[in-house]
Amino acid sequence: MSEPLLKVENLRIELTTRDGIAPVIDNLSFELNAGENISFVGESGCGKSMTALGIMGLLPEKIGRIASGSITFDGEDLTAASEARLKEIRGNDISMIFQEPMTSLNPVYTVGEQIAEVLRRHQGLSAAQAWTKAIELLDAVRIPNPQARVSDYPFQMSGGQRQRVMIAIALACEPKILIADEPTTALDVTVQAQIFDLLRDLQAETGTAIMLITHDMGAVAEMSERMIVMYAGSKAEEGRVDEVIEHARHPYTKGLISCVPHIMQTLTEERHKLTEIEGIVPSLREFGRNNCLFAARCELVEDRCLSERPPENGFGKTQKAACWRAEEV
Amino acid sequence: MAENALLNVENLTVRFAVKRGSSWGRKSYLYAVDDISFQIKRGETLAIVGESGSGKSTTALAVARLVPAHSGKVELDGEDFLALEDEALRQARSKIQFIFQDPYSSLNPRLRAEAIVREPLDSLKSVPEADRQAIVDRLFKAVGLRKEQQRLFPHQFSGGQRQRIGIARALVTQPQLVICDEPVSALDVAVQAQILNLLRELQSEFGLTYLFISHDLGVVQHMCDSIAVMYMGKIVEHADRLSLFNNPLHPYTAALLSAVPSVDKARREATKRILIPGDPPDPINPPKGCRFANRCPVAQAQCRDAEPPLRDLKGGHRVACHLVGDDAVSPL
Repeated sequence: MSEPLLKVENLRIELTTRDGIAPVIDNLSFELNAGENISFVGESGCGKSMTALGIMGLLPEKIGRIASGSITFDGEDLTAASEARLKEIRGNDISMIFQEPMTSLNPVYTVGEQIAEVLRRHQGLSAAQAWTKAIELLDAVRIPNPQARVSDYPFQMSGGQRQRVMIAIALACEPKILIADEPTTALDVTVQAQIFDLLRDLQAETGTAIMLITHDMGAVAEMSERMIVMYAGSKAEEGRVDEVIEHARHPYTKGLISCVPHIMQTLTEERHKLTEIEGIVPSLREFGRNNCLFAARCELVEDRCLSERPPENGFGKTQKAACWRAEEV
Repeated sequence: MAENALLNVENLTVRFAVKRGSSWGRKSYLYAVDDISFQIKRGETLAIVGESGSGKSTTALAVARLVPAHSGKVELDGEDFLALEDEALRQARSKIQFIFQDPYSSLNPRLRAEAIVREPLDSLKSVPEADRQAIVDRLFKAVGLRKEQQRLFPHQFSGGQRQRIGIARALVTQPQLVICDEPVSALDVAVQAQILNLLRELQSEFGLTYLFISHDLGVVQHMCDSIAVMYMGKIVEHADRLSLFNNPLHPYTAALLSAVPSVDKARREATKRILIPGDPPDPINPPKGCRFANRCPVAQAQCRDAEPPLRDLKGGHRVACHLVGDDAVSPL
């Protein structure tokens, strides 16, 4: 098997907080192959976005740092790369779209200018070439009448259109990896469906690998082949999406799937009480302790969970879960 | 009017004056809610769903008289709520209470939790001061908070706990109708389940009637007895839970349902995504025909010429579409 496009090994990211140094990401390893679509799921504060920022080299300055581990992209260790090299990679080989299309565009530049900027900076196109390419990109993300809309300012566009512009910027240089951090959370459901369709089509055309960060299991099932469930800075479970949804091996994954009321094929009179996951995600102070961090919220908790962190166990070919009692889940 | 209806809304219209498009001092109006009628039975839950800008929140605000209605009627328990003034209105407000979306900005950061929950009683003065603390205690228990937490300030609570305080505050005046405006959309998925379960428990315990505003169809499906779908200020479809989800008639409802990503493999395979391209038309100059016609996959000439009325089909399934016959078959 060929080398994966992105290989993250034993990654540990530390944040300096008032209470000292806390590992927001603790011993995280995963691989991403070229053209693959992987999802990261979990509640807020579980380290999904921090993983993305770590890969992009965009950790908050002076507060966050990669303490150990490696991020190998295309044979190159990004944790050792210089800031200048990271600038070349960002937006060119790895790019990112964010949750809030309202705030991630610059309000005082036209959208065409913001797309063209990336092309001029990374591909050395002339102003005129970049502008023409910007129009093509707007067309590619299916904004009607791109010739005219290219001169619009962000406020003149709807939320869905702004997210399309963000996607155009992110895909301008045909990156190898696109990180989409909750790309549709701020959007309506019909617009969300359009954005997902767009991402899928563009992925098929360009062969970009997509890392989707979300909390919506439905979106995961719809978009991805593989998923990683994050909890409190570590990987709780990893596997093929249909396998994990069919039979989750970590109580947290199971809870995440069943605590949301889903629309099923045929609705019946019956309405179950939703499964609750008691409590909330532990605070940063507790991250990195040598116990199962989910233990306080887990129904299956036993003594071992409180004294030792569970290792990752494999199930089948691709599924892995970090739980002492995964066999029973 | 049905006998056991608690809330009866008739021809409610809410409009806002807008600057744009006016010429020579003539004002133009945006009809956020345009001539809608519905009823909610006592002890039941009606959900209003729709996308942003469809008028669902404005409807809720107008029912609670938090924005003025332009015309129409809102009857609560047989009493015309929109006609009340001054002291009568102040007292009647205790019958309709609101749970807001954002538990961070809807609680006063300077008040202790007990004072936040007690505040409606303090301002209504309908309950003697001595009895108020007992009511607050009882509600804290009902929403699953501990007694010692009454002394804490909002910032000391998590998002889910804050929403519990918001719920306790809404219930303290013993309302008949509780309006839940996106009560869980600001919360994490695992916490959502706790709040949704709590809302259902409280409903059966206190016999509450909910008007539930949400854009999340999964949540709506779980919480409601009937659902009204709004599009550009109009109700386009209104039916009980099973009819709406198992047999959506309006093309917009069908498109909305097909857009929800699902973990159910059978549903994913069976659902054909109904694409509705483009954006809704300009709300200040709505088209003269059906407002959905420009995005509708099956629109015909008559849809662009005349606005379809909201018709009652068999079994109380109401739909506003020219292409749905009395046999209740979807035109798609």
